[in-house]
Parts: sequence; structure tokens; C-alpha cells
Amino acid sequence: MSAGKGFGILVTFCAMFLFWLLLSGYIITEQGKLDVFHVGAGVISSAIVALISHDLLVKEKGEKMLSKSFRFLVYLVWELWQIVLANFDVAYRVLHPKMPIDPLIIDFETPLRSDFALVTLANSITLTPGTITISVDPEKGKFLVHAIAKKPADALLVDKTMQKKVAEVYMVG
Amino acid sequence: MVEIIGTILPPVVIVLMAVGLFFMLAGAAGLLRFPDFYTRLHATGKCDTLGEVLIIFGLLLYHFFIYSPGAELSVKLVPVKLLFLIAFIFLANPTATHAIMKAAYNTGVKPWKKGDARM
Repeated sequence: MSAGKGFGILVTFCAMFLFWLLLSGYIITEQGKLDVFHVGAGVISSAIVALISHDLLVKEKGEKMLSKSFRFLVYLVWELWQIVLANFDVAYRVLHPKMPIDPLIIDFETPLRSDFALVTLANSITLTPGTITISVDPEKGKFLVHAIAKKPADALLVDKTMQKKVAEVYMVG
Repeated sequence: MVEIIGTILPPVVIVLMAVGLFFMLAGAAGLLRFPDFYTRLHATGKCDTLGEVLIIFGLLLYHFFIYSPGAELSVKLVPVKLLFLIAFIFLANPTATHAIMKAAYNTGVKPWKKGDARM
């Protein structure tokens, strides 16, 4: 389903109002009645923000947003496990008496082009230890990456597991 | 059920916070040991992220299960704010690390190769 203007305003309003309720906690007064002042102020503030800035949060031309969001959540779970595993690797490199590091700079291309996909891949590369994104070229999909040793560099250049997983989220279907 | 949570949870929280503390110490040790700007950025930008997230997650579990049952709604919603904080740290720390490294690369800071002197 593609996003229209009214849909964007509605989604932004719901997200902002949910944030208001969760962050303030003032929903029911001590007497047990609905706290009209705070909830009403939340409705007015969320409506103003949604009317002014809805196109920042929800892009007008997005396609198949629902299935992409679901696949993104699945990817997030795998990503969290990879972060925990690979942080033990960098702690090992730091505390080892010989300090086995051999830094190198590599670059590669990906077929991803949308803002969201490039940002997801760049953040994932920076979060899994061993590699940090230096620069991204959004027109050709080129990534310049600094790797701390040969093994993390090979995981990006040769195995390409991370690129495949991000491409599965954003490019299929 | 409450007894099971009451006996299992404090050791779990202590283990989570101890592992988080270990990663923060590893990040600080990497800051001192590594030989150049880019590798020092590797050590701190990443170990610190996971260490902070583990410590905050341990605090979240303790607050949700042991401190807040029986309190009012504003106190019960603190774990939600801690979850927002964890999401923000996972988004902001790698972006800031990337921005610092990009600025250094564009200004011409030279990377270290194996066998060079310490920069």
C-alpha cells in the first residue's frame, strides 16, 4: 500500500500522541476520572506537529511499507545478536597482550539506493565491531569502510552476509 | 511466581551490569593501548555503546520487576523511557562515530599500518 497525504498526517499524529501518553503518564487523575487537561493538551500538540511536519516521518511515495517494516524488525533481532557476539571480538583484541590489529581501508558497491536502506547498512557496519563506515556515496551506492583487521574486512568483502540481509529487507517484493 | 522472579532477577541484573562494566573498561583500555586515531575510535565508539546498553537494560529489568509494582502510573512508565533511551543510543552512537571518522578522513589524518610507530 502506498502512502498518501492524509495517511501520513494520521500516522504522525498517532505516533506523537503515543509518545505523549507514554512519556508523561498523566492519563487518569487520583479520583479515577480521565485527566482532560493533560490528555487534551497532548491531542492539540500532536495535531499541530502532525500538520506541520508529517512529511518528515512518512515519505509520500513509499511502497509496501508494512511488509518492509515487518522484515526490518526481523533483521533487527539478528543484528542485536551479531552486535553482542562481535563486541566480544573487539574486547579480545584490546586485552590480548600482542594486540592483533592490522588496519586497512576497503570500499565496495551495493545496489541499495533509498535513504533508509543506506542508513541501515551504514549503521550496521559501524555497530558490528571491526568496521566503521567512513563515507557513503548515495548516487552509486559506494561505501568507504575502515576495518581493524583482515577477518572483519573479509566478512564484508567476501561473505557479504550483512549486505544480503539488508537487501532482503528493502529490495525484495 | 513472585518468589521465582524475586530470587532469579537480582543475580541476572548483577550479571548484566557486570558484563556492561567489563565492556566499558575494555573500551577505556582500547583508548589507551591502540596506536592511532582510527583504531582508538573503533574501541570507544563500539565497546561503549554495548556497555551502556547492557547497564541500562539491567536497570530497566530491576525497576520493572522489583521497584515499581504497586506504585503509580508515572513511576511504572520509567522502563518505557529507558527503552527509548536504549533505542536512541543504538541510533546516535554509530552516527556520531561515523561523523568523527569522516571528518578525520576528509581532513587528511593518516591511517596506521602494521609496523609503523605509534601516532
